[in-house]
Amino acid sequence: MASSAPERRERAPAWIAVLAALGAAFFIVPLIGLVVRTPWGEAFDSLTAPDTLEALRLSLIASLASTAVALVLGVPLAWVYARIEFPGRTVLRALTTLPMVLPPVVGGIALLLAFGRRGLVGAWLDSVFGITLPFSTAGVVFAETFVAMPFLVLTVEAGLRSMDRRYEEAARALGARRWTVFTRVTLPLIAPSLAAGAVLCWARALGEFGATITFAGNFPGVTQTMPLAVYLLLETNPQGSFVLSLILLLVSLAVLVGLRHRWLGSA
Amino acid sequence: MRATLVAVAVLLGAACGTASGGVSISVFAAASLTDTFKSLGSSFERDHAGATVKFSFAGTPTLATQIEQGAHADVFAAADTANMDRLKAGGFVIGEPKVFVHNRLEIVVAPGNPKRISGLADLARPGLIYIAAGPTVPAGKYASQALAKAGVQVTPRSQETDVKAVVSKVELGEADAGIVYATDVRAAGDRVSGVPIPDQYNVLATYPIAAIKGAGGLANEFIDFALSDAGQSILESFGFQRA
Repeated sequence: MASSAPERRERAPAWIAVLAALGAAFFIVPLIGLVVRTPWGEAFDSLTAPDTLEALRLSLIASLASTAVALVLGVPLAWVYARIEFPGRTVLRALTTLPMVLPPVVGGIALLLAFGRRGLVGAWLDSVFGITLPFSTAGVVFAETFVAMPFLVLTVEAGLRSMDRRYEEAARALGARRWTVFTRVTLPLIAPSLAAGAVLCWARALGEFGATITFAGNFPGVTQTMPLAVYLLLETNPQGSFVLSLILLLVSLAVLVGLRHRWLGSA
Repeated sequence: MRATLVAVAVLLGAACGTASGGVSISVFAAASLTDTFKSLGSSFERDHAGATVKFSFAGTPTLATQIEQGAHADVFAAADTANMDRLKAGGFVIGEPKVFVHNRLEIVVAPGNPKRISGLADLARPGLIYIAAGPTVPAGKYASQALAKAGVQVTPRSQETDVKAVVSKVELGEADAGIVYATDVRAAGDRVSGVPIPDQYNVLATYPIAAIKGAGGLANEFIDFALSDAGQSILESFGFQRA
């Protein structure tokens, strides 16, 4: 760890070096623990166990669905935040960003009180349409979208704010309609932010645990996503949960590597 | 690297070690014992001046896993013998676990039983949302045994992580019914109602208690207290059956 000192001209004082090394070790040791303790021999068996495959399949479907919902609803929301001045915008943005810092289990309880069978909206959904979200895959998508969409909204909003608006003005001056300007000029220009936001949102959705188990419950194949399976496997088949944890770790690592230019700077 | 690891260990040790200074014991107990053990703990503290009992309540397999992973527990009270046996086999238990109490199952429903559930067979009714504790949780295992005895085929819509979560989901109205312990229905008061399960289908839950490796003498005193007449009366007052 000491070998990767970035600054060559300045030497870190000893106490800073020690604390920094401790700080780094705090993150790296658990990762090493996971890699070392993973039973590689049984990894394939654990991976292809029916329960695992079911959790994987459900996790992929639910996280992709919530990313799709987040794109459809979140991009317009980001556009409004970036382009429209209206009273209460700051408050509204704060409220819709809240899930990023809110304990997910609190989000799950709030979702229950809103969309549960007796919830504000949920009671109406149940009586009029016969739709109940808890204990369903749709409930998982709700929980994941609730927690993950803010990542997309903030990333896309930043992209919209930093783009060069003269291209839009030029397109408009040439007679393009607003929808055409949005789809043919704005979206391509913010494509990198859009992609980064979608990937962040997807990764957060994939890892969602607290809101999901609180709002959607836990049943294999219906609401038991990978993080829930990992948590429950630790009680019955710890080796299996190590393997699943490693998969989620690799996915997160891939996301980080994919976004390295945005997050880690281009040094 | 090695020095770093040592330093981390020292720091963590300092951070965690301070808690075990006084005369206190940490009791890991099945979720169904929540209210009962809090009351038992207060009585124990009154009898043993200066002693403090700290509780951690969760699903039995969750607690067993935490103990296996090195969580500091002095006493473990489980809602089934399987998880206790697992810890015993792993060498985590001191001596022989003792059965200290029994429990019965009941169907938990919304207050006043609006869905008119009269027995286990009604749980398979189409459109009715039935939930239970997960298959590794004692309450979940006992629930499947009861359903099998009654010849009722129904899959729970959710496998909750402990029995109290089943009660909560019924109380919130998200589920119509669940199979829990009779003591859970009683503990929830008028927030839920209970539908009895006839003896021929009911399952007698067995709760063992044991001291965990590294525990001091106070742990055994707590276990003795739970098994004493005074302790048994407290457990009985919450609806448990004497061992």
